[in-house]
Amino acid sequence: MEVKLVIENHRFQPETVSVPVGQKIKLIIENRDATPEEFESHPLNREKVIPAKSTATVYIGPLAAGSYPFVGEFNEKTAKGVIVAK
Amino acid sequence: MFGTSLIVFREVLEAAMIIGIIAAATQGIPTRGRWLVGGTLLGLAGSALVAASMEVIAQFADGVGQEVFNASILGVAVLMLAWHSIWMASRGREIATEARLIGSAIRGGQKNLSMLLVVIAIAVLREGAETVLFLYGVAVSGSSTFLEMITGGALGLAGGVAVGVTLYLGLLRIPVRWFFTVISALVLLLAAGMAAQAARFLVQADLLPSLKSPLWDVSGVLPNESAVGAVLHGLVGYDAHPAGIQVVFYVTVAVVIAACMRLANQKQSVFKSQLQVTT
Repeated sequence: MEVKLVIENHRFQPETVSVPVGQKIKLIIENRDATPEEFESHPLNREKVIPAKSTATVYIGPLAAGSYPFVGEFNEKTAKGVIVAK
Repeated sequence: MFGTSLIVFREVLEAAMIIGIIAAATQGIPTRGRWLVGGTLLGLAGSALVAASMEVIAQFADGVGQEVFNASILGVAVLMLAWHSIWMASRGREIATEARLIGSAIRGGQKNLSMLLVVIAIAVLREGAETVLFLYGVAVSGSSTFLEMITGGALGLAGGVAVGVTLYLGLLRIPVRWFFTVISALVLLLAAGMAAQAARFLVQADLLPSLKSPLWDVSGVLPNESAVGAVLHGLVGYDAHPAGIQVVFYVTVAVVIAACMRLANQKQSVFKSQLQVTT
């Protein structure tokens, strides 16, 4: 399964993503900002730098039911989101 | 500004601790300072290069070039640390404890230092590249003034270096008869932790199966992002919720290095007893 995320003005779009439990998910993150961002999630154990104006792929899961917050580490105040597995 | 210094601190911390351990491990080897500084400078130059080519790296291997790159350089660092551990076990005991160097030991020491130079360069490069990108982002977005950025960056850097120096001085206070064992164990666990990190990147890139993820989760007790968690992560590769494959990599590397060290140590003992018989 593929899920698309967009980073714009240092915010994730959408900020809440629902995914099915127990499946591997291909997260495609497009950074439309002119600055690099680091997708980071401690609960998901993922970190990846996404250069300005580019798209990156991060594989996550299979996940157990629950909420998995993530942030853009370089703009932690605004770039926040959560992946909800159910 | 504080946000900037905190992020820079987090990035610098790991590299600073690795340099602290290596500085302690090479205690007593002449000219080591040159190698330590050289590795750091090489890493800094590499950081700028990697940061500048991040877009190119990211496009490699269907968008997972960054993971492949990180896993590869971590793999190189693991090999170098393994080599160092085994070298220490075979002939390092005298060097670590007595700081007495003669003949071939000096040549061995220099070769060993060149391996550790690579480890330091890699550690600095990994964390440095991210710091450069982050600071670049701050500069471009204009969210803080140039002065704030420089001050914040300098504060974070100073904090990270302070932790590294504290670790180094702390390690030097270990009594001589324990010193060798503690340093060997630290270097071994450092290598195992790096191997586990490499595995995590390969899972993220979907190039390795995760083998149950997470295998366990103790983030309620000691989360990765806590101060203690971050220090332990840098030192021994602590992870509150590792994937199964990370644990496999960690244990395998630790066991293989430990076995080789034991073998090297025994060989040395045999060689020594033979030497005593002939003289």
